[in-house]
Parts: sequence; C-alpha cells; structure tokens
Amino acid sequence: MRRVLLSVLVASVLAGCASTDVKDEGAPVEDRKPDVVTAPTTKPAPPKQPTGPVVKQVESKPVSANPLKDPGSILSQRTIYFDYDSSAVKEEFKPVISAHAKFLTDNRGRKVTIQGNTDERGSREYNLALGQRRADSVKKMMMLLGATDSQIESVSFGEEKPAVMGTDDAAFSKNRRAEIVYDGE
Amino acid sequence: MWLLLAIILGWCTIVPARAALTIDIIGAGDRQLPVAVAPMQGEARLPHRISEIVAADLTRAGLFRMVDPGGVMPMPSEPGEVRYGDWSSRGAEALVIGSVTPGADGRFEVRFRLMDVAKQVQLAGFSYTIAPAQARNTAHRIADVIYEKLIGVPGAFATRITYVVKRGTRYELQVADADGFGAQTVVSSDEPIISPTWSPEGNRIAYVSFEQRKPIVYIQTLSTGQRRVLANFRGSNSSPAWAPDGRRLAVVLTRDGSSQIYSISAEGGAATRLSNSSSIDTEPNFSPDGQWILFTSDRGGSPQIYRMPASGGAPERLTFDGTYNVSPRYSPDGKSFVYVQRSGGRFNLMRREFASRQTIPLTDGLVDESPSFAPNGRMILYASQQGGRGILAAVSSDGRVKQRITIQSGDVREPAWGPMQKGF
Repeated sequence: MRRVLLSVLVASVLAGCASTDVKDEGAPVEDRKPDVVTAPTTKPAPPKQPTGPVVKQVESKPVSANPLKDPGSILSQRTIYFDYDSSAVKEEFKPVISAHAKFLTDNRGRKVTIQGNTDERGSREYNLALGQRRADSVKKMMMLLGATDSQIESVSFGEEKPAVMGTDDAAFSKNRRAEIVYDGE
Repeated sequence: MWLLLAIILGWCTIVPARAALTIDIIGAGDRQLPVAVAPMQGEARLPHRISEIVAADLTRAGLFRMVDPGGVMPMPSEPGEVRYGDWSSRGAEALVIGSVTPGADGRFEVRFRLMDVAKQVQLAGFSYTIAPAQARNTAHRIADVIYEKLIGVPGAFATRITYVVKRGTRYELQVADADGFGAQTVVSSDEPIISPTWSPEGNRIAYVSFEQRKPIVYIQTLSTGQRRVLANFRGSNSSPAWAPDGRRLAVVLTRDGSSQIYSISAEGGAATRLSNSSSIDTEPNFSPDGQWILFTSDRGGSPQIYRMPASGGAPERLTFDGTYNVSPRYSPDGKSFVYVQRSGGRFNLMRREFASRQTIPLTDGLVDESPSFAPNGRMILYASQQGGRGILAAVSSDGRVKQRITIQSGDVREPAWGPMQKGF
C-alpha cells in the first residue's frame, strides 16, 4: 500500500457552478378547514377480519376529536410492518388497513399517500421498487375494501428514510414498513 | 484513501472550494512503468505545480512507478537539455519535462514533452496557453496524453465525478474533479437525493430528489444551476439513464402499477413504456451504441440482469449465478458490463464479458454498490463502506488496482463518473 498525502487549498475553480438550495417545504398544503369530524365518523371502524386482534373501543371522547390523531383510535396506527423480502400484508395489520379503508370510504374527500420503505441492504433503486411494492399491496387492500384509486397515491422512499438507525435485524424489521399519511399532514 | 473532500460551505460561486486530499492505493498493476516527472521550469508562477499534479494522477492510476527526479542538475525543460544517462541510471523509462512561461494578458504558455529514455526520442509534446485558474485542468490533460502514449488508451484524469454527501440530516449533490479537487455543491436538501447521472455532454445531471415527499426526477444544468422536473408522474419516479445521444432518458415510473421502464424526452413531456411486466423492472442503462438497455428485473423470482432492445421488446436474461444480481452498467466499449452480486450477505462488483461470458469478481468489500465506469473504461467508481461510513472507492476493470476515497465528515454515496471533457 502506498500512501500519498496531499493537502491543497484550491483558491479558485475552473468552471462556474451555480448551486440550488432546496428548502424543505414538504407537500403543498391545501387551503381547507381544520380536521373537525362529525360524530358518526369518530367511532373507529370495527375490524373486518374476525380473526384480527380486538380493537379497544374508547369509552368517550369529545365530539370534535380527530380520529386520525386520537391515540385511542385504530386510525392513529399508521405503520404496517413487513417480513424480509416480502410485500405481503401480515394478518395482524389487516385491521389497521381495514379501518383506514373504511375512513376513506366514509370520507371521499380525503386522500392518503402510502409510503413504502425497505431496510438498507441492497441496491437503492431496487429497494425503491421493493418499497413501492409494499405501498402498492397496502393500496390494493384498501381499494378492495372500498377506497378509490384516486384517494390513494402509493410512493416509495426505498431505503432512504429509515425509521430507526442500526444494522441489526431489530432495526431492519422496523424499517421494512409502509406508512399511511393523510393529505395535509 | 484517494481523497478527502473538503467541506463545502454554501454556494460555490461565493465560497471557493477547498480540498484536502488523501490518496490511498491498494494493489497495483502487474508491472508498473517507471516514469520521471521533472519539475517544470517556471511552474511556481502558477497557483498549482503542474508536474506534481501530473505525478499524482499517474500514481493514482496504479500503472506507473514515479522515479524521483531529485538531484538532477540542471533540471531539463527542453529535449536538448536532457542527459539521458541521468534518467536511465535512476531506472526511468519515460521522462516528462516542460516549462511555464508568462505570456500576454496574464496568461501562461505551458509546454511539455514526454521522452522515451531508452530510445532518446520524443513520444509526445504539446503547448497550452492558459489562464492561471486552468493550471489543474491543464495538468490533468497532460496526464491524459502521457497515459494514452504509454498505455494505449485515453486517460480519464481531466474528467469530473458527482456523488451525494450526507452530513447529519443534510444531503448535498456535489461535483468534483476526478482527483477530488474543486468540489462544488450542485444542490442541497433536507430530503434524500439519489441516482445522479451525467448527460453524455457532461453539462447536465439528472437525479432523484425526495424533497416533495416522493421520488421525482430532475435535470439540472451545471453552468447555470437551473433545474426542472423531468418526471413527476403519480407514484414514484426514479432511476434516470441518459441515452447516448442525450436527447432521451430512460426512467422508472410506477404510474401504471409496478416499477417499469419508460422513455422520456430530455425536455420532459409524455413517457413511453419500454418494459412490460407485472414484476419490478428498474435500473435501466443504455449500451454505448444506444441499441440496448440493461436492467434489473425480478420477473424470474429473484432480481437478475436482463437486456432488451432500447425501443422495448423481448428481454433476455443475462445472469443466472446467485439470487441477487442488480445495478448493471455497460462498459464504454460495450463489450462488458459491471453489476452488483449479493453472495453470503456481501455485496460485490462483478464484471461480465459478453463475448466470453466470463465473470470477473472485482471487489471484496462488505457492501460495494452503485458502480460507474470511467469514460475510458479502465476504472470503475463505486460506493463502499468503511467503519460504518459511506465512502467512495475505485477499482480497475481487471480488479487489480484499488483506491479508497473518503470525505472528512459525513457519508458519501451514489457516485457517477462523468464523460470525457471536450475542449477547455
């Protein structure tokens, strides 16, 4: 091994270069009313799968509560986890997807983005496609349950937006996921 | 370590680029040609010593052994001044001499000659009239001439690379000279940037940015910083690849369902579907003659490399060994391609020759990915990891010469080697 150490101050550059600063503005926010939802829709939808886990019914809540934000509502659950190298929705997450499908069916004006993600192993672009497949499988299930294609955009972040850092199986399993994000969130 | 790229503070047009560079060469060619690069007469007048940059370029290539010119008095700058015994006794087979002379308008004349020490003849000689700011580029061009005369293929020293630096939560797409100097930030964002790729003329870069909370393909012109959206269809937009004529790109869209390959004008507009499967088809890469597209598909149950006509049509599977072969890239001569193979939990670069169907393993790191050929086909730049950090590395196309490239802070990833520069 040969090691050459150079240290140079480059005072000028050959070619002009202009750089662009991208402000993280997020998605455009629509001009619409706050998330005040009327009483009938504040009740979480019962899971469609009889074999799914029991969803705890919240005893009482303010009428103005947003079920999407209410920690007691199944609609506050937004993350679907996947097995390694799989885009199949696991049984335990079907009630969550059903609840969001019901919400979209009852609220045709609402839209969601489903963001697919993978763990960090492998090609970034291939992982982007795998994350897309996960988002698509959530979308397809929601559409089977009554939501419409125009209400759901499935996109992928691939391996670029891990939920947790780390290179062990525990971290990887938390990163193999799809997240449901409502418009304006 | 090939280079330590400097931290770029803000806009390159305001803040001059600072580069602290470390070169680490691991392994070398079978036989290294001994070359002496004499200090050029008067070169201290320029901001950079051309002979030092030439020697560093040649050293980095791994094919040359630098012979120390120290002690030769007087140092020759013209053929008539060369005492060949001085150089043959030092073991040099080739000698580089030259001079820097002030000219009109603050410009300089840089003259160099490459001499064959044994035959005592000139192999090459050029003169350049340059502004002082062109000193580094001129040195790289001289190294390119020397490389071509001694090796037989053009050098790729006077080229540029692009890559993404992640520092904390910040992503910067940067462009630098192939030796890591002159790094400039092209675009920066709090959201990821991936898959940068050079236009064939080297004046534009297409890349994928997540700044709108979904992957969108942009094209940015380097000289102006102007950029525009190339592909923003419903779903994900990614994996841009330029056709060799620079007028069209292949991109991957999910607007019709699964990730599929489409063709789109470099000016944007409508996209035409090229691949046709219900599986994943991604990572397109054009053959140098523009006739073919290599891509990754899992239509056979695992990701493998396929080839289809550039206008679409029946694909042919090219890889069968292993269960994970991705990221194909044509060599500039079109006679081979590199790709990434996962084997035993490791990701490594392989090179396949079309004619012989032979596969050569190129790297042995833990996670080697995103390969990109130098425009002369002799080196392959790629992303690797060291101590949990992303670094760049390069390997010769025969796997013998290896270089490691690290940045002072942050992760560096997604490298792409630019095309040959035309003119100054």
